[in-house]
Amino acid sequence: MTQKYFSEYGGRYVPETLIPALDELSQTYQTIKEDNSFKEEYKALLADYSGRPTPLYYAEKLTEYYQGPEIYLKREDLNHTGAHKINNTLGQILLAKKMGKERIIAETGAGQHGVATATVAARFDLDCEIYMGAEDIERQALNVYKMEMLGAGVIPVNTGSKTLKDATNQAIRDWVSNVESTHYIIGSVVGPYPYPEMVRDFQKIIGEETKKQIINKKGKLPDYILACVGGGSNAIGIFHPFVDDQDVNLIGIEAAGEGIDTGRHAATLSEGRVGVLHGSRSYLLQDQDGQVIPAHSISAGLDYPGVGPEHSHLKAINRVRYDYIDDQEAIQAFRLLSEREGIIPALESSHALAYLEKLAPKLSQDQTIVVNLSGRGDKDINNFKKIREAEADEQN
Amino acid sequence: MSRIKESFKNKKPLITYISGGDPDLDFTEKMIYQLQDSGVDILEIGIPFSDPLADGPTIQAASQRAIRGGITLEKLIKKLAEIRDEIEIPVILMGYYNSILNFGEKRFAHDAKAAGISGIIIPDLPFDEDETISEQLKEAAIDQIRLVTPNTATSRIKAIADRSSGFLYSIAHLGITGDSSRENPALKSYLTRVREQAGELPIGLGFGIDSPEKAKKAARHADGIIIGSALIEKIQAGQTEEARLNNADSFVKSIKAVLV
Repeated sequence: MTQKYFSEYGGRYVPETLIPALDELSQTYQTIKEDNSFKEEYKALLADYSGRPTPLYYAEKLTEYYQGPEIYLKREDLNHTGAHKINNTLGQILLAKKMGKERIIAETGAGQHGVATATVAARFDLDCEIYMGAEDIERQALNVYKMEMLGAGVIPVNTGSKTLKDATNQAIRDWVSNVESTHYIIGSVVGPYPYPEMVRDFQKIIGEETKKQIINKKGKLPDYILACVGGGSNAIGIFHPFVDDQDVNLIGIEAAGEGIDTGRHAATLSEGRVGVLHGSRSYLLQDQDGQVIPAHSISAGLDYPGVGPEHSHLKAINRVRYDYIDDQEAIQAFRLLSEREGIIPALESSHALAYLEKLAPKLSQDQTIVVNLSGRGDKDINNFKKIREAEADEQN
Repeated sequence: MSRIKESFKNKKPLITYISGGDPDLDFTEKMIYQLQDSGVDILEIGIPFSDPLADGPTIQAASQRAIRGGITLEKLIKKLAEIRDEIEIPVILMGYYNSILNFGEKRFAHDAKAAGISGIIIPDLPFDEDETISEQLKEAAIDQIRLVTPNTATSRIKAIADRSSGFLYSIAHLGITGDSSRENPALKSYLTRVREQAGELPIGLGFGIDSPEKAKKAARHADGIIIGSALIEKIQAGQTEEARLNNADSFVKSIKAVLV
């Protein structure tokens, strides 16, 4: 059963050059996802190489702080490379090997997907080049060093907004030019079919584990699950196994950047309109003429004007509620978790954590919330340092 | 017979691409007249888009200049409608799907027809996805020019050719516009394969043609040639408006001279 569309969203809006590669990818993926040896190899890598299952941690201090529902954190930050991104890159690198590709390319915003791609390319001995917006290279220097240390080339992208959107454009252009030798590991549930479905399948392990773990701990499903949404892969990963469990409220949190009213945000599902970008039909931040509006967020990983087509579908059928959190709220949540729980979250994941401020006061103590802690915050330390310096300047 | 297809009768037409509104619509208008006077057979005008996936640096930059200059699809179509009586050669619009989807497919087909547009190319819209716009264009009697590439399977080339009108746009090599560093050593056999599937439909060859020598070579195997980035680069090399128009004139004439 393959899914080219999620109701009216999805599809394959790409230059003709890419059609053979997408056909090959679809066919290979459909074949090997049923293949026991592939499943075993993938599962073994997730376990022994990445460290799965990741814990579902009861955040006692955070629960105490909000004095309301029990709060659990799905610890994707404990994966090898520090985020959920590795779940997908391990799956796709096995596919690339299967297809006999010699070279891997990827786009990255925060650098987490770039690091996860460079990591698996090193492990499986494939050439690897990562496209990254010049502005993101600046913001996420630590991850750039990591990618280089892992043997990948990091190619700065100076066009457009110099962020994830433009890195994706360049990666697609590279792929069009080198399609026969190269596999493009897209890092989220975006892009043309089969990527949204395939990346979701590689990420749904998050929700599958969460379901088992919460039942073990509480004997019942959670009342709420929160996840941040840029392209939307960690959110789809945790939501997907719960979509049919109607009593579980699913909330995706986008980045409101400097504030929805300023126009400098990345709240695609709340503020965008349906359009076509990077190969699929989905919600999109665009102006009246259909030009894509650059997204803005303090977290480079949410800085994307599009969103995965399955999210557009889940919004349309009212199965998932989408809301947003701005930069300042995310920074507060970043601090709060670091100080209260001794866990430094990624700024991306901090958007999901920040939503607790809005949600927890409305809930009772017998309810539970699971927050997908999609990544750790080491990469954001420089960013945080700048914030601290700016605050110190204001006080002087 | 469509005006575009007719342009392939008894000659190998030169199709040139410029981005609409680069850097403003007044200059686009002047350039259209210049290209027409210089001997271009079919005009391809790009609808500038913020994220042109199939384009290399030259057309990306041209799109950006046009967007900075305030171009919109509405303004572009309006301008072409205003000057349609001055244009004697067929006009093709080349645009990414989001621009058209956002404009409204029905409205686009209607307004394009009213502006005298003869054909449309949408590089990121494979035929499997384009049912609605395809119907609208057919109704408006606007040719839908589709693309094939060297890695397109023969059966798919046939399916694409069957759904194309005006001409079939054959991309010379895998890659993006303006990449003239690549040569396709199998060009002849590729175009033979395309011709076998295209039937009566003329074949236009584009991507990477940047000199009379390459144009001559390309025209040996194709029915017409398409030049975009190389022309834009020549235009941009001019320091004044007059120099830009002159550059376009001499470049077009140098290409036309080998297309006999």
